[in-house]
Amino acid sequence: MLEIQDLHVRVDGKEILKGLTLSVPTGEVHAVMGPNGSGKSTLSYTLAGREGYEIVSGKILFNGEDLAPLSSDARAARGVFLAMQYPVEIPGVTTINFLKTALNAQRRARNESELDALRVLKLVREKAKALNVPEEMLRRALNVGFSGGEKKRLEVLQMSLFEPKLAVLDETDSGLDIDALRMIAESVNAMRGPSRTMLVITHYQRLLTYIVPNRIHVLASGRIVKSGGPELALVLEEKGYEHLIGEPA
Amino acid sequence: MAAIEETRERVADIAGEKYKYGFVTDIEMDLAPKGLSEDVVRMISAKKNEPAWMLEWRLEAYRRWVKMREPNWARVHYPKIDYQDLRYYAAPKSQGERPASLEDVDPKLLETYKKLGIPLSEQKMLAGVAVDAVFDSVSVATTFKQKLTEAGVIFCPISEAVREHPELVKKYLGSVVPVTDNFFATLNSAVFSDGSFVYVPKGVRCPMELSTYFRINASETGQFERTLIIADEGAYVSYLEGCTAPKRDVNQLHAAVVELVALDGAEIKYSTVQNWYPGDEEGKGGIYNFVTKRGDCRGRGSKISWTQVETGSAITWKYPSCILRGDNSVGEFYSIAITNNYQQADTGTKMIHLGKNTRSRIISKGISAGHAQNTYRGLVSVHPKALGARNHTQCDSLLIGGNCGAHTVPYIESRNPSAHIEHEATTSKIGDDQLFYCLSRGIGQEEAVALIVNGFCRDVLQQLPMEFAVEAQKLVGISLEGSVG
Ligand SMILES: Nc1ncnc2c1ncn2[C@@H]1O[C@H](COP(=O)(O)OP(=O)(O)O)[C@@H](O)[C@H]1O
Ligand SMILES: [Mg+2]
Repeated sequence: MLEIQDLHVRVDGKEILKGLTLSVPTGEVHAVMGPNGSGKSTLSYTLAGREGYEIVSGKILFNGEDLAPLSSDARAARGVFLAMQYPVEIPGVTTINFLKTALNAQRRARNESELDALRVLKLVREKAKALNVPEEMLRRALNVGFSGGEKKRLEVLQMSLFEPKLAVLDETDSGLDIDALRMIAESVNAMRGPSRTMLVITHYQRLLTYIVPNRIHVLASGRIVKSGGPELALVLEEKGYEHLIGEPA
Repeated sequence: MAAIEETRERVADIAGEKYKYGFVTDIEMDLAPKGLSEDVVRMISAKKNEPAWMLEWRLEAYRRWVKMREPNWARVHYPKIDYQDLRYYAAPKSQGERPASLEDVDPKLLETYKKLGIPLSEQKMLAGVAVDAVFDSVSVATTFKQKLTEAGVIFCPISEAVREHPELVKKYLGSVVPVTDNFFATLNSAVFSDGSFVYVPKGVRCPMELSTYFRINASETGQFERTLIIADEGAYVSYLEGCTAPKRDVNQLHAAVVELVALDGAEIKYSTVQNWYPGDEEGKGGIYNFVTKRGDCRGRGSKISWTQVETGSAITWKYPSCILRGDNSVGEFYSIAITNNYQQADTGTKMIHLGKNTRSRIISKGISAGHAQNTYRGLVSVHPKALGARNHTQCDSLLIGGNCGAHTVPYIESRNPSAHIEHEATTSKIGDDQLFYCLSRGIGQEEAVALIVNGFCRDVLQQLPMEFAVEAQKLVGISLEGSVG
């Protein structure tokens, strides 16, 4: 269960999240939608514990534990995962090596035994298949020269590899063609389960016809202004965000 | 994925390892009195049972040296060195006579090497590494002599070569780095104590990697190794040197000379993993590493590659160079220089194109953290007769934090209009976004830095012999500990 209570977040001295309240029960998938600049990525970075995203007041509880004091890597070890809107390039570090380093770092932090290169490769290959990620891509430097779609697929591949308890997907659908979108949605849907909590952030409702969320929340100017069932996506599609902004949630 | 690839991929287990080589071995030493004089030079020569010509050579160097001045053009700063306050010879007492086999080596020494992780034992034969270990000034044991002898390869301490192979030593010693080359090289010529000698005969591919580990143990002792490697026509040899020193809060001087000679069609690959003690977080102590390394591509179509990973030393002053004398010869320089805390490095290369169609390639990766200063200084010189010479230089600097510096000083002299010289330079910082990306995937701060820096250095790490690439990757992580956050 993810509970965000009256969250105020400041970035570079500017308040971006202004009293955001949201809860996602364990086992559910919720969507957060909102116009550009409404604070969606700020929310995702804050959940992942990025430095510089200062919690001024309010709380983030995950399964009852306050995430605020935890560093980003400690959160990852506890099962928090963020698929980033803009995945980062790391020249010279092959994708497979990165995945192995990350997976084993998480396992070490949880006192689990590390996996050898062969085991990791086998695991990654399985996941890669479902996402149509070619073997060759795994040997290339992480995200370097990857197309937008390849980057997003790799984010989802990491999600299925790390098997997080809380997965936040920040505009994973943007820049994808319909086939890639379907493939990603399938992987995400395959991850749905009674012990996993998911927050799918998107700008368009398109993704939500493939990943049908339990609830949808509309974010505007740093606050949730409306929440509803999956049908809310269609209303937004028809009427846009404008009529909601300023309206109380 | 191939096994080689896999090993390279393995990233450091860096938890809690600071400078783990900083122990001191308690062993009885045979020491020269402090200071340098003709008598000391004579004493060193006598200790080594050298023939008269060698002593003369040394004395000649000494007489030149007293008239020379220490160079001051490098971008490094250090208090004046009192050359009369140093010792120029130190040897473990029990090593007065060279041991006949490993069993005769002082067990304390072997223990030291074990701590250093040196593959001195014969089991390592499987790994194909032959080791000549230099402890302070004396070569302690040379392994795998047998197998090398069968191939006709001479691999022995230089002091032994002076006695056993005088014709080769006379012919080549000082032929690449002349006695009067520079202040430190001249000093070395006068007092060099030990080092390795390699001769690979015509057409022989050396059957294993050769390697030397240098260890400075005694305090207030300078270390002056001299290495001479000759690859005769069509021969090939790959050679690696590793260096460590104990933690001491006074600075120690290391002024080595390495000379490489490649004859027609020969190839020498020379790799260094230098991890001398860098001093502490405040910049106290550490090795002054003032080294002259030069290779002479004397023959047509010969090739010399320098690969260096420089993580240690308080000050590094070092420019492994290639003289591309033979037509169609090739020189390469691959370098990683990491400076942290108050370390200073002024390093680079010289590629001197003399022959026709000579080619050179330079890839330099400089990493600075803390308050360190890292300078790449490189010369590409094309002489009038070097028709069709080509050079490509890639110089990348990476900064970690806001208090360090990176400097690139390329000198290009082209006196032949047909030359193609390309120079590319970049300076970047480890991005917050890169660090956050790693952290968000569960990779801790230190490991993330090591990973990103190893990625930055990948082109150079790939040049190292496989067995040492892993060690080098670990070193990269260890030497940058505490540099972020
Ligand atoms: N580092 C920053 N400094 C100041 N303002 C920022 C910073 N990052 C984002 N913002 C601002 O915060 C607001 C929300 O941004 P963001 O969370 O990226 O929105 P979204 O993901 O919904 O498009 C925008 O107005 C943006 O300009
Ligand atoms: Mg965004």
